[in-house]
This record gives sequence, structure tokens and C-alpha cells, in this order.
Amino acid sequence: MNADVLLANLPALLIAVPLFGAFMTPVFGRFLPKIRDAWVILASFAASAVALLLAAQVYAKGAVVYVFGAAPGTGAVPVDSGGIPIRILFNIDGFGAFMLVSAAIVSFAVILYLTVSQSRRSSRSEFYALYLLLVAGVFGMVSTGDMFNFFVFLEINSLAASALIAYHRNGGLAAEGALKYLIVNTVGGLMILFAIGLLYAQYNSLNMAVIASSLSLTTLNLLALVLFIAGLATKAGAVPFHFATPDAYSVAPSGVTALMIVASQAGLYGMFRILFSVYGGVFTSATVGWIVIVLGVLSMFIGVTMAIPQKDIKRLLSYHAVSQTGYMLLGVGVALAVLGDVTLTNAFGQMAMEGGLFHIINHAMYKGLLFLAVGAVIYRTGVWNLNEMGGLGHKMKWTMIFFLIGALAIAGIPPFNGFASKLMIYESTFAFNPAIAIIAMVVSILTLASFMKVFHSVFMGPELPEYAGVREVPKRMLAGMAILAVFVIAFGLVPDLVVDTLITPAADALLHQGQYILSVLGGGL
Amino acid sequence: MIANLPFIAVALLIGIAFAMILLKRNMIKMIMGLGILEGAVNLFLVSLGYREDGIAPIFTSAPADPTMVMPTVQALTLTNIVIGVATTALMLVFVMLIYKKYGTVNANEMRRLKE
Amino acid sequence: MIGTLVTGFGFWNPLIWIIVIAVALLFSWLIWRCGEADYDEENTETTAPYLSGNAEPEKGAVHIRAGNMYWGFTKALSAYYNRLTPLHSGIVNDYVSWFLIGVVILFVVVVLV
Repeated sequence: MNADVLLANLPALLIAVPLFGAFMTPVFGRFLPKIRDAWVILASFAASAVALLLAAQVYAKGAVVYVFGAAPGTGAVPVDSGGIPIRILFNIDGFGAFMLVSAAIVSFAVILYLTVSQSRRSSRSEFYALYLLLVAGVFGMVSTGDMFNFFVFLEINSLAASALIAYHRNGGLAAEGALKYLIVNTVGGLMILFAIGLLYAQYNSLNMAVIASSLSLTTLNLLALVLFIAGLATKAGAVPFHFATPDAYSVAPSGVTALMIVASQAGLYGMFRILFSVYGGVFTSATVGWIVIVLGVLSMFIGVTMAIPQKDIKRLLSYHAVSQTGYMLLGVGVALAVLGDVTLTNAFGQMAMEGGLFHIINHAMYKGLLFLAVGAVIYRTGVWNLNEMGGLGHKMKWTMIFFLIGALAIAGIPPFNGFASKLMIYESTFAFNPAIAIIAMVVSILTLASFMKVFHSVFMGPELPEYAGVREVPKRMLAGMAILAVFVIAFGLVPDLVVDTLITPAADALLHQGQYILSVLGGGL
Repeated sequence: MIANLPFIAVALLIGIAFAMILLKRNMIKMIMGLGILEGAVNLFLVSLGYREDGIAPIFTSAPADPTMVMPTVQALTLTNIVIGVATTALMLVFVMLIYKKYGTVNANEMRRLKE
Repeated sequence: MIGTLVTGFGFWNPLIWIIVIAVALLFSWLIWRCGEADYDEENTETTAPYLSGNAEPEKGAVHIRAGNMYWGFTKALSAYYNRLTPLHSGIVNDYVSWFLIGVVILFVVVVLV
């Protein structure tokens, strides 16, 4: 087997590698427990490498369409099928590649951390297997071009995530959070499947590009759209579909929560893909754009105001995850509201979209970093309650520095990455509607206030006697945090390079629906 | 009218399922409601694929001028049944764990995570 | 110039920002250097906190715990919080009903507007 064959089949490897890694992990755990951790890290590294290689291919040569089971070079539409691509295909364009980059970086950083932070727990093999399954679910969601395939990966994502949430049974709390998360996401997932059925009944295809090419704005299609939005907003944790999100995130193992951020953003990916690539061509008014904006503003404001009085440190961070999701919805919603208007899109729509998408990868990095740093504190102290913490900065200097980097980035303090994306959102939203931009800034200030509280009460103050024995966490946990911290700083220092190489192709891929359809159908229909 | 019967059944089942999910405080009954919801969606998918006098695309001993139906929705339904089994099993496991610790399956008392 | 992000309405360059901060820090260091050299010495009258003549409490007793921060903020917005917080009831049936309410509202808005 030579390298060309591997490179040509990267989209298949994207799913096969993490799945193989996942199912081999219990085997290693049983027969070779000593190298099990090394195997997991290797598998995660391989999966991330495949994702990054595939993304590089997309950035170099344009969208990759990979048809499962077809001979190479035959195209997505078989000649004798009457113009319908009946095979399942992966369609990875700029947006998918961008999500792959984000997921690849976070998943590898988190596994470095988890292999240490889980070392005192039992049945770790299954834990790592579920972790790799969750990675496979996320990779699949962001690369598939087939609606039902998307649903299957969504369910893999939900199932693996809720099993991971419940992994440590601290007095039943974890199972409670996982149960709520799973029930809400199952209802959402079934409604998405219902919507897929509605579309299939009319267009006889499950392929997103085929549906997009013949879609019209009927009431039935609007019902399907609403079900898609609601189901995927549940996954992404946007108000008013967010209720299970803080319950689940706050009880999950910290490393898992860091990956869950990426997993929930895959839901966001699905929502944007449906809104722009499938429905984008048929919107005649700004109504749906405004719906996304309102969801975003509600998420931002309610998320941050609910975070401020929290006493459980992870629950506080979880509400901030809801709040930050609002920024992404706001940016992309503004772009959606002016989608049909070329002048306005050029004036600020594209910039709003790029800000929203930039915020996705930034949020994955700094919120991942925050959860890992908080997890490090809990790993050493075993305490969740902010009221009982204090003075840990004396003992855990590196954790404190990493937490500070993450906290400044999420609050939008320059020169970290959160500032760059928030600035893009503020300026473009201000041109669209000044009132919304002002709300966004107020939310940012409240975020800063809330993280002042966390930073002060965890790390500042005199050393407390009950934490006299606390030490810094092991090096590999710090390495996981360091990877994310490097990206937080680097993305903040050279935002223009990131925007040019990663974000603009993603925004272009979403804004030009015709290209998406063409990449599958090839103008043959 | 008769052709629409399955869809009326789907609507009824979805209504019953949501009524159960929203009104039943017993977690086991709520999960049964989710099972009904899943059944409703499965029924919806399968009835979409029904064509009168249609046969599966198997050419061995097929009639002379067959109406062959692509069995996509049947495949979807099978997949969804498998996913549903996994989901239901996992949810029941969670309820079991909670019952061991909390001593209740009532949703009103299953709220140590709130606010 | 590297690092310049053009936002369509202005620009943002973190490198310029860092240089400005560095210059500001340099100035503050220069001003600090002009001060009294012996001010920072431990346990002198100049550095002891003045607490209206009361004795200084133990270091451990002065740490402000998280629950005491932003008490005023939540108190001032209590009308808002008293309505919002109970919605996060922790009952999973409520969560699903919020999902349903969301779907219905979105559908009505999408169809009518």
C-alpha cells in the first residue's frame, strides 16, 4: 500500500481510524494493560493527523467529495442511476475542514490530559474507547454529505457523550446529568429524523446537495427547518434548548467536558450547514436570520447572567459555554439575515459570518483550556464548590497561568484570540443593528466579571490550611493544557493569518450554496 | 383517505408520546414515551416507502414489468431501531443507577442538579 | 504588516497593542523607580494596613469567598433572577416541554412572518 492510496482514502480513514482505535482499546486493556495508554494516545494522534491532512487537502485543492463504495474517479452520481447519487458520500468543504481542524487539536490535547487524570479510576479501557467513539462521531458529523448519515453520527455523538458524562458515579449526580442530556438529545434527534423523513418524502434523496438543488419554501419544508434548528440547537445548547447542557457538563469528567464543547459545536455545524447549504437559496426574507440572532442574543444574555451567581465551578463554566454559543449564533445569524443582499453581505455580512466562525474555533480552544485547568484543580483538591476554594495559586502556578490565559481570552481581553473574533462580531453587528452589538459588549463585560470571581476565589488569597498538601498536576496534564494555550495565544497574535487560511474558506463555503451543490452533482443534473 | 391512515397513526402516536414524556413523572414511563416517539418516527419512515404493487429490487423471479422500490427507508428504519435499542438501554441503565443512589424514579425528586 | 486584522470598519493589530503596553509598562517602571527606595520594607509603619485602629486579622480570615462576590449584583437584579432561576428546575419533563414550546414558537414565527 503506498501513500497515494492512503491520501485518496482519507475521508474513510477519518472514521475508520478512531473506530479501530476505540474497539482495540479494550483488547489492549485486557491483554497488554501497560501499553494501553500509549495505544490510546497513538490512536488519537493518528485520528487527529488524518483530520489535519484531510483539511490540508481541502485547503490546497478545494472541496473533497468521497463516495463510499464507488470506484475512484467515477463521480458522485452513477451514470445509470437517473441522476440521483444513491451512495453515501462525504463532502468536506472549507467549513467541514475548519471544524475538523478544531476537533483534531482539542481531541488530541484532551487525550494527553485524560490519560493522566483518569489514572486513579477504574475501567479506563472502556472510557478511552468511548472517548474515541465520540471523536469519530464528531468527525463524521462535520464531514458527511448525507442527511441520514448525519443523524447516525449525531446519535453516536449523543450516546458516547452521555456514557462519558455518567462515567464517575459521584452519588448518582453524574447519572442524573447524563440521563437528562440523553433524553433531551434523543427527542431532538428523533425530531431531526422526522424532518429528514419530510424532506426525503418530497425529494427522494438523502443527499444534502440534491435536496438543496430542488428545495422550495413550502410549509412542510419550513416545519422540517424548524425541527432541524430546534434539534441541533439542543445539541449545541442554545437558549431555550439549553437546560440539560449545564446539568450534563457540570458532572462530566473535566477532560470530557472539554471535548463535549467540540461535540456540541458539531451540532452548530449541522445547523449552519442546513441553514446555508441546504435552505440558503430559498429564503426570501430575513425571518430565519432574525430567529438565529434572537436565539444567539438570548443564549448570550441568559447564559452569562445564570453563570454569575453559580457556586459550582464547572456549572459556572457550563453556563459560559451557553453564553459563548450565543456569539457564534449571533455572528452567523447576521450573515443569514442579509444572505440574499450582495451589497450588505459584502459590507458586513461576510465579516459577521467570519467572526462567528472564528469564535467557534476560539471557543473550542479557550473553553477547553478552562475546563482542563479547572479539572486540574479538582484533580488535586477534589472540591467543586467555589466557596471552599482559595489560595491555590501558591501551589499550582502553571495551572493558574493557563487558567488566566483562558479566562482573559473568554472575556475578550486583547491580545488573546477571543478579542479578535469578538471584535469582528461587534463591528459587523453594529453596522447591522447597534442595539445587538451593545448587548454583546455588555455580555462580554459580565463574562469578565464572572471570571474575576472565579480567578480570585480559586487562585488568589492566602494559602488555606486545608490545601496544604496540594501540588502541581503531572506534566502530561500540563502538556495538554499547554497545547491549547499555545493556540489561544497564537490565534490572538496573528488573527489575520488564521482568518485568511481557515476562516475565509469556511465562510465562502457556507455563503456560496451553488458551489456546494456543484461539488456533488457536478452540473450533471 | 385510506392511504393517509398511516400518517394519521403517526400523528396520534407522536401526540401520545409527547403527552407521556411531558406528563409522566415516573422515569420508566417517560422512557416508554420516548420508545413510542421512536416508533412513530419509524412508522412515518416506513410508510413513506410504500408504493402500491411495488416489489423489492431483486431481479430473481421478478414479474415481467415490475415496479421496483428502492428500500432506502426500510434501511433507515432498521438503523433507527438499532440506535433506539442502544439509547433506551443506556437510559434505563442511568435510571437504575439513579434509583440505587436516590431511591426514586420520580422526576420531581431527581433534581439535585438545578438552577 | 503581519498580524493586522482588517474588520471592514477598522483594524486590529495585536503586535502594535503589545508594543503600546510594553511602552506603558516601561513608563510605569520609570515612575516606580523614582519612589522612596525603602518603602517596601516589611513590618514598618508605612506598609501596615490601617483598620480604624483595630488589630489586623489573620491572613486566612480575610480571603473573600466566591459566594460573597457580586452579592449586590444579584440582589439588585433579584426581580430578574427570581423569574429566571426557577425555570432551570432540574425536572427533565420541563426541559422537553421547553423544547416543544421552542419548536411551536419558531414554527409559528416562520410560517406567519
